[in-house]
Amino acid sequence: MVRAASGPASGLPGRMGCGVSDRSKNSDDRDALRRLEAELKRARELSKIAPRRDEAAGPPAAGLGMALRIGVEMVAGVCLGAGVGYGLDRWLGTSPWLLIVFFFLGAGAGGLNTYRAITGAGFGLLGGGDASGENERDEDGS
Amino acid sequence: MAAENEAHGPLAQFEIRELVPIHIGDFNLSYTNSSLWMTITLVLTVLLFTAGMRGRAMVPGRMQSIAELSYEFVANMIRDNVGNAGRPYFPFIFSLFMFIVLGNLLGMVPYSFTFTSHIVVTFAMALVVFIGVTVVGFATHGLGFIKFFIPSGVPLPLLFILVPIEVLSYFVRPVSLSLRLFANMMAGHTMLKVFGGFVVGLGVWLGWAPLLLIIALTGLEIGIAFLQAYVFAVLSCLYLNDALHMHH
Repeated sequence: MVRAASGPASGLPGRMGCGVSDRSKNSDDRDALRRLEAELKRARELSKIAPRRDEAAGPPAAGLGMALRIGVEMVAGVCLGAGVGYGLDRWLGTSPWLLIVFFFLGAGAGGLNTYRAITGAGFGLLGGGDASGENERDEDGS
Repeated sequence: MAAENEAHGPLAQFEIRELVPIHIGDFNLSYTNSSLWMTITLVLTVLLFTAGMRGRAMVPGRMQSIAELSYEFVANMIRDNVGNAGRPYFPFIFSLFMFIVLGNLLGMVPYSFTFTSHIVVTFAMALVVFIGVTVVGFATHGLGFIKFFIPSGVPLPLLFILVPIEVLSYFVRPVSLSLRLFANMMAGHTMLKVFGGFVVGLGVWLGWAPLLLIIALTGLEIGIAFLQAYVFAVLSCLYLNDALHMHH
Protein backbone atom coordinates (compact mmCIF):
# COMPACT_ATOMS: atom_id res chain seq x y z
CA MET A 1 0.00 0.00 0.00
CA VAL A 2 2.86 2.31 0.78
CA ARG A 3 4.34 1.82 -2.63
CA ALA A 4 1.05 2.23 -4.33
CA ALA A 5 0.56 5.56 -2.57
CA SER A 6 4.11 6.83 -3.03
CA GLY A 7 4.45 5.69 -6.62
CA PRO A 8 2.70 8.57 -8.36
CA ALA A 9 3.98 11.05 -5.78
CA SER A 10 7.63 10.19 -6.38
CA GLY A 11 7.03 10.34 -10.10
CA LEU A 12 5.75 13.90 -9.93
CA PRO A 13 8.89 15.81 -8.93
CA GLY A 14 10.81 14.24 -11.76
CA ARG A 15 8.38 15.59 -14.30
CA MET A 16 7.50 18.89 -12.69
CA GLY A 17 10.66 19.96 -10.92
CA CYS A 18 12.77 20.43 -14.05
CA GLY A 19 13.96 23.88 -12.89
CA VAL A 20 17.23 25.02 -11.31
CA SER A 21 16.99 23.44 -7.88
CA ASP A 22 16.08 20.11 -9.33
CA ARG A 23 18.41 18.04 -7.20
CA SER A 24 17.78 19.75 -3.85
CA LYS A 25 14.05 19.72 -4.42
CA ASN A 26 14.23 16.09 -5.28
CA SER A 27 16.03 15.23 -2.06
CA ASP A 28 13.59 17.41 -0.12
CA ASP A 29 10.75 15.50 -1.56
CA ARG A 30 12.47 12.27 -0.84
CA ASP A 31 12.95 13.28 2.78
CA ALA A 32 9.31 14.18 3.03
CA LEU A 33 8.36 10.92 1.50
CA ARG A 34 10.58 9.02 3.87
CA ARG A 35 9.02 10.81 6.81
CA LEU A 36 5.59 10.06 5.45
CA GLU A 37 6.51 6.46 5.05
CA ALA A 38 7.78 6.25 8.63
CA GLU A 39 4.60 7.91 9.81
CA LEU A 40 2.49 5.49 7.82
CA LYS A 41 4.43 2.57 9.19
CA ARG A 42 3.84 3.78 12.73
CA ALA A 43 0.15 4.31 12.07
CA ARG A 44 -0.09 0.87 10.61
CA GLU A 45 1.65 -0.65 13.62
CA LEU A 46 -0.92 1.08 15.80
CA SER A 47 -3.82 -0.03 13.69
CA LYS A 48 -2.55 -3.57 13.82
CA ILE A 49 -4.20 -3.93 17.19
CA ALA A 50 -7.63 -3.78 15.62
CA PRO A 51 -7.33 -6.78 13.28
CA ARG A 52 -5.63 -8.78 15.99
CA ARG A 53 -8.56 -8.34 18.25
CA ASP A 54 -10.83 -9.74 15.56
CA GLU A 55 -8.69 -12.82 15.46
CA ALA A 56 -8.44 -13.00 19.23
CA ALA A 57 -10.23 -16.32 19.03
CA GLY A 58 -7.29 -17.51 16.94
CA PRO A 59 -4.30 -18.56 19.03
CA PRO A 60 -5.81 -20.34 22.06
CA ALA A 61 -8.76 -21.77 20.12
CA ALA A 62 -6.50 -22.78 17.23
CA GLY A 63 -4.62 -25.02 19.64
CA LEU A 64 -7.87 -26.65 20.67
CA GLY A 65 -8.86 -27.06 17.04
CA MET A 66 -5.52 -28.72 16.37
CA ALA A 67 -6.05 -31.12 19.27
CA LEU A 68 -9.52 -32.08 18.08
CA ARG A 69 -8.27 -32.43 14.55
CA ILE A 70 -5.47 -34.82 15.41
CA GLY A 71 -7.65 -37.05 17.57
CA VAL A 72 -10.17 -37.53 14.79
CA GLU A 73 -7.44 -37.95 12.18
CA MET A 74 -5.97 -40.97 13.96
CA VAL A 75 -9.32 -42.66 14.54
CA ALA A 76 -10.64 -42.01 11.02
CA GLY A 77 -7.65 -43.73 9.42
CA VAL A 78 -8.15 -46.94 11.36
CA CYS A 79 -11.93 -46.87 10.84
CA LEU A 80 -11.67 -46.38 7.10
CA GLY A 81 -8.96 -49.03 6.78
CA ALA A 82 -10.98 -51.59 8.72
CA GLY A 83 -14.12 -50.66 6.79
CA VAL A 84 -12.44 -51.04 3.41
CA GLY A 85 -10.88 -54.34 4.49
CA TYR A 86 -14.18 -55.67 5.75
CA GLY A 87 -16.00 -54.63 2.58
CA LEU A 88 -13.37 -56.19 0.33
CA ASP A 89 -13.44 -59.36 2.41
CA ARG A 90 -17.18 -59.70 2.01
CA TRP A 91 -16.93 -59.01 -1.68
CA LEU A 92 -14.01 -61.35 -2.42
CA GLY A 93 -14.68 -63.87 0.33
CA THR A 94 -11.15 -63.72 1.69
CA SER A 95 -12.14 -63.19 5.29
CA PRO A 96 -10.30 -62.23 7.45
CA TRP A 97 -7.08 -61.50 5.59
CA LEU A 98 -7.88 -58.23 3.84
CA LEU A 99 -9.46 -56.88 7.02
CA ILE A 100 -6.17 -57.46 8.83
CA VAL A 101 -4.05 -56.00 6.05
CA PHE A 102 -6.22 -52.92 5.60
CA PHE A 103 -6.52 -52.39 9.33
CA PHE A 104 -2.78 -51.87 9.52
CA LEU A 105 -2.66 -49.89 6.28
CA GLY A 106 -5.43 -47.67 7.66
CA ALA A 107 -3.54 -47.21 10.90
CA GLY A 108 -0.52 -46.21 8.81
CA ALA A 109 -2.63 -43.78 6.81
CA GLY A 110 -4.04 -42.30 10.00
CA GLY A 111 -0.55 -41.90 11.41
CA LEU A 112 0.62 -40.32 8.17
CA ASN A 113 -2.25 -37.84 8.16
CA THR A 114 -1.59 -36.99 11.78
CA TYR A 115 2.06 -36.43 11.02
CA ARG A 116 1.16 -34.20 8.07
CA ALA A 117 -1.34 -32.29 10.16
CA ILE A 118 1.33 -31.50 12.73
CA THR A 119 4.20 -30.71 10.39
CA GLY A 120 3.49 -29.66 6.85
CA ALA A 121 -0.02 -29.49 5.60
CA GLY A 122 -1.49 -28.28 8.86
CA PHE A 123 0.38 -25.00 9.00
CA GLY A 124 -2.86 -23.11 8.55
CA LEU A 125 -3.99 -24.19 11.97
CA LEU A 126 -0.65 -24.07 13.73
CA GLY A 127 0.22 -20.60 12.48
CA GLY A 128 -2.58 -18.97 14.43
CA GLY A 129 -3.71 -15.38 14.04
CA ASP A 130 -0.31 -13.68 14.30
CA ALA A 131 1.39 -15.36 11.40
CA SER A 132 -1.53 -14.84 9.05
CA GLY A 133 -1.73 -11.23 10.11
CA GLU A 134 1.96 -10.81 9.32
CA ASN A 135 1.55 -12.44 5.93
CA GLU A 136 -1.32 -10.19 5.08
CA ARG A 137 0.78 -7.10 5.82
CA ASP A 138 3.66 -8.34 3.73
CA GLU A 139 1.51 -9.10 0.75
CA ASP A 140 -0.19 -5.76 1.02
CA GLY A 141 3.10 -3.93 1.19
CA SER A 142 4.81 -5.45 -1.79
CA MET B 1 -39.76 -28.40 18.99
CA ALA B 2 -39.48 -30.89 21.87
CA ALA B 3 -43.02 -32.01 22.44
CA GLU B 4 -44.10 -32.35 26.05
CA ASN B 5 -45.47 -35.86 25.82
CA GLU B 6 -42.28 -37.44 24.49
CA ALA B 7 -39.26 -38.84 26.23
CA HIS B 8 -36.68 -36.24 27.16
CA GLY B 9 -33.49 -38.17 26.66
CA PRO B 10 -30.34 -36.27 25.85
CA LEU B 11 -30.48 -37.70 22.33
CA ALA B 12 -34.08 -36.71 21.62
CA GLN B 13 -32.83 -33.40 20.24
CA PHE B 14 -31.26 -35.15 17.26
CA GLU B 15 -34.46 -36.78 16.16
CA ILE B 16 -35.52 -36.11 12.58
CA ARG B 17 -39.17 -35.27 12.19
CA GLU B 18 -41.03 -35.12 8.93
CA LEU B 19 -42.77 -31.78 8.71
CA VAL B 20 -44.05 -32.18 5.15
CA PRO B 21 -44.02 -35.84 4.14
CA ILE B 22 -43.01 -36.28 0.51
CA HIS B 23 -42.58 -39.82 -0.76
CA ILE B 24 -41.61 -40.30 -4.38
CA GLY B 25 -41.23 -43.93 -5.34
CA ASP B 26 -38.97 -45.58 -2.81
CA PHE B 27 -37.37 -42.29 -1.83
CA ASN B 28 -38.31 -40.40 1.26
CA LEU B 29 -37.83 -36.78 0.25
CA SER B 30 -39.78 -35.32 3.15
CA TYR B 31 -39.21 -31.82 4.33
CA THR B 32 -37.88 -32.44 7.84
CA ASN B 33 -36.92 -30.27 10.76
CA SER B 34 -33.36 -30.64 9.51
CA SER B 35 -34.35 -29.19 6.15
CA LEU B 36 -36.26 -26.46 7.89
CA TRP B 37 -33.17 -25.30 9.77
CA MET B 38 -31.05 -25.52 6.65
CA THR B 39 -33.57 -23.29 4.94
CA ILE B 40 -33.45 -20.87 7.86
CA THR B 41 -29.66 -20.86 7.65
CA LEU B 42 -29.73 -20.12 3.94
CA VAL B 43 -32.31 -17.36 4.30
CA LEU B 44 -30.34 -15.81 7.17
CA THR B 45 -27.11 -15.91 5.16
CA VAL B 46 -28.74 -14.23 2.19
CA LEU B 47 -30.41 -11.67 4.45
CA LEU B 48 -27.16 -10.96 6.25
CA PHE B 49 -25.36 -10.14 3.03
CA THR B 50 -28.13 -8.37 1.14
CA ALA B 51 -29.60 -6.38 4.02
CA GLY B 52 -26.23 -5.93 5.70
CA MET B 53 -24.51 -4.58 2.63
CA ARG B 54 -27.38 -2.45 1.38
CA GLY B 55 -26.08 0.66 3.13
CA ARG B 56 -22.52 0.30 1.76
CA ALA B 57 -21.48 2.83 4.38
CA MET B 58 -17.87 3.93 4.73
CA VAL B 59 -18.23 3.40 8.45
CA PRO B 60 -20.05 0.06 8.62
CA GLY B 61 -22.89 -0.59 10.99
CA ARG B 62 -23.28 -3.84 12.91
CA MET B 63 -24.72 -5.92 10.11
CA GLN B 64 -22.30 -4.57 7.56
CA SER B 65 -19.41 -5.24 9.96
CA ILE B 66 -20.43 -8.86 10.31
CA ALA B 67 -20.75 -9.23 6.55
CA GLU B 68 -17.40 -7.54 5.87
CA LEU B 69 -15.56 -9.34 8.65
CA SER B 70 -16.72 -12.76 7.55
CA TYR B 71 -15.88 -11.93 3.95
CA GLU B 72 -12.37 -10.79 4.88
CA PHE B 73 -11.90 -13.71 7.25
CA VAL B 74 -12.52 -16.24 4.50
CA ALA B 75 -10.62 -14.21 1.91
CA ASN B 76 -7.56 -14.14 4.17
CA MET B 77 -7.95 -17.82 4.94
CA ILE B 78 -7.86 -18.68 1.25
CA ARG B 79 -4.98 -16.31 0.53
CA ASP B 80 -2.89 -17.69 3.39
CA ASN B 81 -3.59 -21.34 2.69
CA VAL B 82 -4.02 -21.57 -1.08
CA GLY B 83 -2.57 -18.35 -2.41
CA ASN B 84 -3.62 -16.56 -5.55
CA ALA B 85 -4.64 -19.72 -7.36
CA GLY B 86 -7.40 -20.24 -4.80
CA ARG B 87 -9.30 -17.11 -5.76
CA PRO B 88 -11.77 -18.75 -8.14
CA TYR B 89 -12.82 -21.07 -5.31
CA PHE B 90 -13.64 -18.27 -2.90
CA PRO B 91 -17.43 -18.42 -3.44
CA PHE B 92 -17.48 -22.13 -2.68
CA ILE B 93 -15.37 -21.96 0.47
CA PHE B 94 -17.24 -18.88 1.61
CA SER B 95 -20.67 -20.48 1.17
CA LEU B 96 -19.43 -23.61 2.90
CA PHE B 97 -18.07 -21.66 5.83
CA MET B 98 -21.15 -19.49 6.25
CA PHE B 99 -23.48 -22.47 5.99
CA ILE B 100 -21.61 -24.43 8.64
CA VAL B 101 -20.92 -21.56 11.01
CA LEU B 102 -24.52 -20.32 10.91
CA GLY B 103 -25.86 -23.85 11.19
CA ASN B 104 -23.67 -24.48 14.22
CA LEU B 105 -24.56 -21.18 15.85
CA LEU B 106 -28.28 -21.53 15.16
CA GLY B 107 -28.04 -24.93 16.79
CA MET B 108 -27.14 -23.15 20.01
CA VAL B 109 -30.53 -21.41 20.04
CA PRO B 110 -32.84 -23.25 22.44
CA TYR B 111 -35.44 -25.49 20.73
CA SER B 112 -33.61 -25.30 17.44
CA PHE B 113 -32.17 -28.20 15.51
CA THR B 114 -28.47 -28.61 14.75
CA PHE B 115 -28.28 -30.12 11.28
CA THR B 116 -24.47 -30.31 11.47
CA SER B 117 -24.86 -32.90 14.23
CA HIS B 118 -25.90 -35.47 11.64
CA ILE B 119 -23.16 -37.31 9.81
CA VAL B 120 -25.31 -37.52 6.68
CA VAL B 121 -25.11 -33.77 6.34
CA THR B 122 -21.44 -33.37 7.20
CA PHE B 123 -20.39 -36.37 5.11
CA ALA B 124 -22.30 -35.02 2.14
CA MET B 125 -20.48 -31.71 2.46
CA ALA B 126 -17.13 -33.45 2.94
CA LEU B 127 -17.80 -35.61 -0.10
CA VAL B 128 -18.55 -32.54 -2.21
CA VAL B 129 -15.23 -31.07 -1.10
CA PHE B 130 -13.40 -34.35 -1.69
CA ILE B 131 -14.80 -35.00 -5.16
CA GLY B 132 -14.45 -31.36 -6.13
CA VAL B 133 -10.82 -31.25 -5.01
CA THR B 134 -10.03 -34.48 -6.84
CA VAL B 135 -11.62 -33.14 -10.03
CA VAL B 136 -9.66 -29.90 -9.65
CA GLY B 137 -6.48 -31.92 -9.17
CA PHE B 138 -6.99 -33.97 -12.31
CA ALA B 139 -8.13 -30.92 -14.26
CA THR B 140 -5.00 -28.91 -13.42
CA HIS B 141 -2.40 -31.69 -13.58
CA GLY B 142 -4.00 -34.24 -15.85
CA LEU B 143 -2.93 -37.78 -15.13
CA GLY B 144 0.15 -36.36 -13.39
CA PHE B 145 -2.07 -35.97 -10.35
CA ILE B 146 -1.55 -39.68 -9.74
CA LYS B 147 2.04 -38.84 -8.80
CA PHE B 148 0.43 -37.34 -5.72
CA PHE B 149 0.17 -40.89 -4.39
CA ILE B 150 3.75 -41.87 -5.16
CA PRO B 151 6.20 -40.51 -2.61
CA SER B 152 9.45 -39.43 -4.22
CA GLY B 153 12.86 -40.90 -3.41
CA VAL B 154 11.53 -44.23 -2.14
CA PRO B 155 13.04 -47.58 -3.13
CA LEU B 156 10.76 -49.70 -5.32
CA PRO B 157 9.88 -52.49 -2.82
CA LEU B 158 8.68 -49.96 -0.28
CA LEU B 159 6.31 -48.45 -2.85
CA PHE B 160 4.13 -51.54 -2.58
CA ILE B 161 3.39 -50.58 1.02
CA LEU B 162 3.55 -46.82 0.76
CA VAL B 163 1.28 -46.28 -2.24
CA PRO B 164 -1.70 -48.06 -0.62
CA ILE B 165 -1.07 -46.06 2.54
CA GLU B 166 -0.98 -42.82 0.55
CA VAL B 167 -4.16 -43.72 -1.30
CA LEU B 168 -5.90 -44.67 1.94
CA SER B 169 -4.72 -41.48 3.61
CA TYR B 170 -6.24 -39.57 0.71
CA PHE B 171 -9.54 -41.37 1.12
CA VAL B 172 -9.49 -40.81 4.87
CA ARG B 173 -9.91 -37.09 4.24
CA PRO B 174 -13.68 -36.94 3.75
CA VAL B 175 -14.14 -39.37 6.64
CA SER B 176 -12.10 -37.36 9.11
CA LEU B 177 -13.49 -34.08 7.81
CA SER B 178 -17.10 -35.11 8.34
CA LEU B 179 -16.47 -37.13 11.49
CA ARG B 180 -14.84 -34.18 13.20
CA LEU B 181 -17.67 -31.73 12.64
CA PHE B 182 -20.43 -34.23 13.34
CA ALA B 183 -18.79 -35.69 16.47
CA ASN B 184 -18.02 -32.31 17.96
CA MET B 185 -21.50 -30.94 17.43
CA MET B 186 -23.25 -34.07 18.63
CA ALA B 187 -21.03 -34.57 21.67
CA GLY B 188 -21.34 -30.94 22.68
CA HIS B 189 -25.11 -30.84 22.43
CA THR B 190 -25.50 -34.15 24.20
CA MET B 191 -23.27 -32.95 27.01
CA LEU B 192 -25.33 -29.79 27.43
CA LYS B 193 -28.53 -31.83 27.67
CA VAL B 194 -26.99 -34.29 30.13
CA PHE B 195 -25.91 -31.48 32.41
CA GLY B 196 -29.34 -29.92 31.97
CA GLY B 197 -30.76 -33.19 33.27
CA PHE B 198 -28.44 -32.94 36.29
CA VAL B 199 -29.79 -29.50 37.11
CA VAL B 200 -33.35 -30.82 37.19
CA GLY B 201 -32.37 -34.01 39.01
CA LEU B 202 -30.39 -32.33 41.75
CA GLY B 203 -33.09 -29.77 42.43
CA VAL B 204 -32.80 -26.40 44.10
CA TRP B 205 -30.09 -27.26 46.64
CA LEU B 206 -27.42 -28.80 44.47
CA GLY B 207 -28.66 -27.96 41.00
CA TRP B 208 -26.78 -24.68 40.80
CA ALA B 209 -23.43 -26.48 40.44
CA PRO B 210 -24.19 -28.11 37.07
CA LEU B 211 -26.04 -24.93 36.12
CA LEU B 212 -22.80 -22.98 36.48
CA LEU B 213 -21.07 -25.62 34.41
CA ILE B 214 -23.74 -25.32 31.72
CA ILE B 215 -23.08 -21.60 31.46
CA ALA B 216 -19.38 -22.30 30.93
CA LEU B 217 -20.14 -25.15 28.50
CA THR B 218 -22.48 -22.94 26.49
CA GLY B 219 -19.64 -20.49 26.01
CA LEU B 220 -17.33 -23.32 25.01
CA GLU B 221 -19.92 -24.70 22.61
CA ILE B 222 -20.33 -21.35 20.88
CA GLY B 223 -16.55 -21.28 20.53
CA ILE B 224 -16.56 -24.81 19.13
CA ALA B 225 -19.38 -23.93 16.76
CA PHE B 226 -17.21 -21.26 15.22
CA LEU B 227 -14.00 -23.24 15.46
CA GLN B 228 -15.35 -26.33 13.73
CA ALA B 229 -16.65 -24.28 10.83
CA TYR B 230 -13.22 -22.68 10.64
CA VAL B 231 -11.46 -26.04 10.73
CA PHE B 232 -13.75 -27.42 8.02
CA ALA B 233 -13.09 -24.44 5.77
CA VAL B 234 -9.34 -24.39 6.45
CA LEU B 235 -9.00 -28.08 5.68
CA SER B 236 -10.96 -27.62 2.47
CA CYS B 237 -8.47 -24.87 1.62
CA LEU B 238 -5.51 -27.12 2.43
CA TYR B 239 -6.89 -29.95 0.32
CA LEU B 240 -7.49 -27.51 -2.50
CA ASN B 241 -3.94 -26.27 -2.10
CA ASP B 242 -2.64 -29.82 -2.35
CA ALA B 243 -4.62 -30.39 -5.52
CA LEU B 244 -3.54 -27.13 -7.12
CA HIS B 245 0.13 -27.14 -6.16
CA MET B 246 0.76 -30.82 -5.50
CA HIS B 247 3.57 -30.60 -3.02
CA HIS B 248 3.77 -32.85 -0.04
